[in-house]
Amino acid sequence: MRNLWIFISRYNAFFFFFFFFGIGIYLTLNNNSYQRSITLNSTNEVVGSAYERLNILKRYLNLGQVNDSLAFENAKLKTELLALQTIDSNQNVKVKDTVNQQQYTLFAAKVIKNSISLRNNYITINKGSADGIVKDMAVISPQKGVVGFVQEVSEHLAIIRSLLNKNTAISVFVKKNNAFGSLVWGDGNFDYKKAYVKEIPNHVKANVGDTIITSGVGSFPRGIEVGKITKTGISTGDSFMTLEIGLFNNFSTLQYVYVVKDRLGAEQKDLESKLPNE
Amino acid sequence: MNSRTIFINIFRWLVLLFVQIFLLRNLNYYNLSTPFIYILFILVLPFKIPNFLLFVIAFLTGLTMDAFYDTLGVHTSACVALAFVRILFISVSVNRDAFDEPEPSLGNMGFKWFSLYAIFGIIIHHLVVFFLEAFKFSEALYTLNRTVLSGIFTLFLILLIEFIFHNRKAN
Repeated sequence: MRNLWIFISRYNAFFFFFFFFGIGIYLTLNNNSYQRSITLNSTNEVVGSAYERLNILKRYLNLGQVNDSLAFENAKLKTELLALQTIDSNQNVKVKDTVNQQQYTLFAAKVIKNSISLRNNYITINKGSADGIVKDMAVISPQKGVVGFVQEVSEHLAIIRSLLNKNTAISVFVKKNNAFGSLVWGDGNFDYKKAYVKEIPNHVKANVGDTIITSGVGSFPRGIEVGKITKTGISTGDSFMTLEIGLFNNFSTLQYVYVVKDRLGAEQKDLESKLPNE
Repeated sequence: MNSRTIFINIFRWLVLLFVQIFLLRNLNYYNLSTPFIYILFILVLPFKIPNFLLFVIAFLTGLTMDAFYDTLGVHTSACVALAFVRILFISVSVNRDAFDEPEPSLGNMGFKWFSLYAIFGIIIHHLVVFFLEAFKFSEALYTLNRTVLSGIFTLFLILLIEFIFHNRKAN
């Protein structure tokens, strides 16, 4: 023990240096958001790549579950189809009419590449321009929930800008009172199960457990269930508040998606582009 | 350490930090070169100062700078590193017993010794400041550029100040 004290006091400058320098670094990391975010991100990158490896295995183990849900959905759709065919044979003209007025058509596509751990996540699917996919189409999940927008299209493949991307914002509202908001991800939240609804006016009553659905403004059809509120009234300092929601769909096990074709989408865009730009 | 030394050092601290915060803070060359002359205060503290006190003074000086520069922790770490370099450099190059100079200033120690001493201190201090500020190695070249250019600027100003205030005493 005595020798230790002699050692420490002999090299006291060295130990003082470590002590004070440590405090300095600690202060830097705790009080400067930029430095802290970089430290967190580089640790996240390491952890994220490990998780991605694990996900490959997980996806394989989940195959059975996915198959079950697909079979279930197939059965449901077939029933609906049969029901429609019955109507078809009875009243031919009427059905043709509804088909013409049907605004949205769905294309099923398989996810061939997916990421959830990055700051900006993209999904690659196996349908492209040859299958009628064009840029900016909405993409939804087979069960419940939204996925994102088509960003780039090649002949047989397309890249989707996932909801888990800082450039994605989807117009949504609270189901029970139709209060508009904008669904975003990111802003310090990198959990693929959570997202935020921003720009909800402060006076709106929103409770934990309320459902959030898409508003129908933009490419998404109206009324797709997105998630449930898990935290309300995150104050932003102005007259709007932010809601934290838990997403219905699980991005980590996503294997099939539906691309939504809006029959009137191109027409609407064309019409709106005639407005003078302010 | 008599009261005169303490008074002079407090006065020097006030003046250097005042100049640094209100004048040099607004002075930089394309964001590449910005001088930090306040470290002169730590460089010319008396030889006989105990290590612990030196570290505490460096820490508080850095903290004050950070309060004004809005970079809590950056200058603090840099000043502590500078204090460590100061101790190392002096213990290697000066035999404290045979020496009766009160403080390591240009007038007392000569141009050659002082400029080498200042260069070492400035390089370490600026490296810590700029690397903590940039906080990534992908921009290391730019950060090194800033370190060297700012270091030259700082060294120039520090030597200038020392020449103005200490040669007169020596005469």
